[in-house]
Amino acid sequence: MAETAITESSLKDALTERLKATYVEVADMSGGCGQSFTSLIVSAEFAGKNSLKRHRLVNSALKDEIAQIHAWSAKCQTPDEYEKEMATTGGNDGPPLDGTDEGKVDGVDQ
Amino acid sequence: MFSRSILSKQFARQAAAAATPAKAGIMFRPAVFALSQQQRRLLSDQTRQAITKAVASAPVVLFMKGTPETPQCGFSRASIQILGLQGVDPAKFAAFNVLEDQDLRQGIKEFSDWPTIPQLYVDKEFIGGCDIIVSMHQNGELAKLLDEKKVLATETDAAAGEKKE
Repeated sequence: MAETAITESSLKDALTERLKATYVEVADMSGGCGQSFTSLIVSAEFAGKNSLKRHRLVNSALKDEIAQIHAWSAKCQTPDEYEKEMATTGGNDGPPLDGTDEGKVDGVDQ
Repeated sequence: MFSRSILSKQFARQAAAAATPAKAGIMFRPAVFALSQQQRRLLSDQTRQAITKAVASAPVVLFMKGTPETPQCGFSRASIQILGLQGVDPAKFAAFNVLEDQDLRQGIKEFSDWPTIPQLYVDKEFIGGCDIIVSMHQNGELAKLLDEKKVLATETDAAAGEKKE
């Protein structure tokens, strides 16, 4: 299986295309153990879906990519939810960093 | 087939305590994913049965990297901390360390159709991974779910735990 390089921008392009995302932010959270990314994905396709279904949609859209990297984290919002959160937090919406050590996945490959 | 770590009485206390720095842990292992699609999909009946049994072994089940006392990944650590903060009754909780069993580690991903570890099950139902656990913790859905499923420690238990502090 040929593995093309996965970057913030390749993931962003894939999400924009495959999920018709209107806004995507992908951040590299690679620590010492390989490629890791976290993301904020805004798409109208999430409307009417619960959190689990949204994540399943993303996992399925990025099946091959996620299989090649070490860690993947996502926050899935509809355009309305995104706007509301931007408004209530003063523009402070972004990819989740829970479980990371200051935005990096800390660990060893095992 | 799988080892089971049952949370100690100190669970809530330890889990609520400040996080210790992550020392080890990854979410994926590229070498495993270098296997062909066919191999990747192979989930033996034996493994499936073992996972089905594991999922049913307690009302709240977490498949994680490492143990509740010593998580081996930041995402597993965050998840176990949240279950502790929520006050999950240790007697109604079971954790399975996927690092101890390669069949479980790969099998659980296919079983749940979910590519990452940790994975949380409540009442044999797949709830989600770390992102979902965190967001449900923040928006109150997790507290509601755990309360409805009656898996939280009673106030007496919690008070007894706090006195030990």
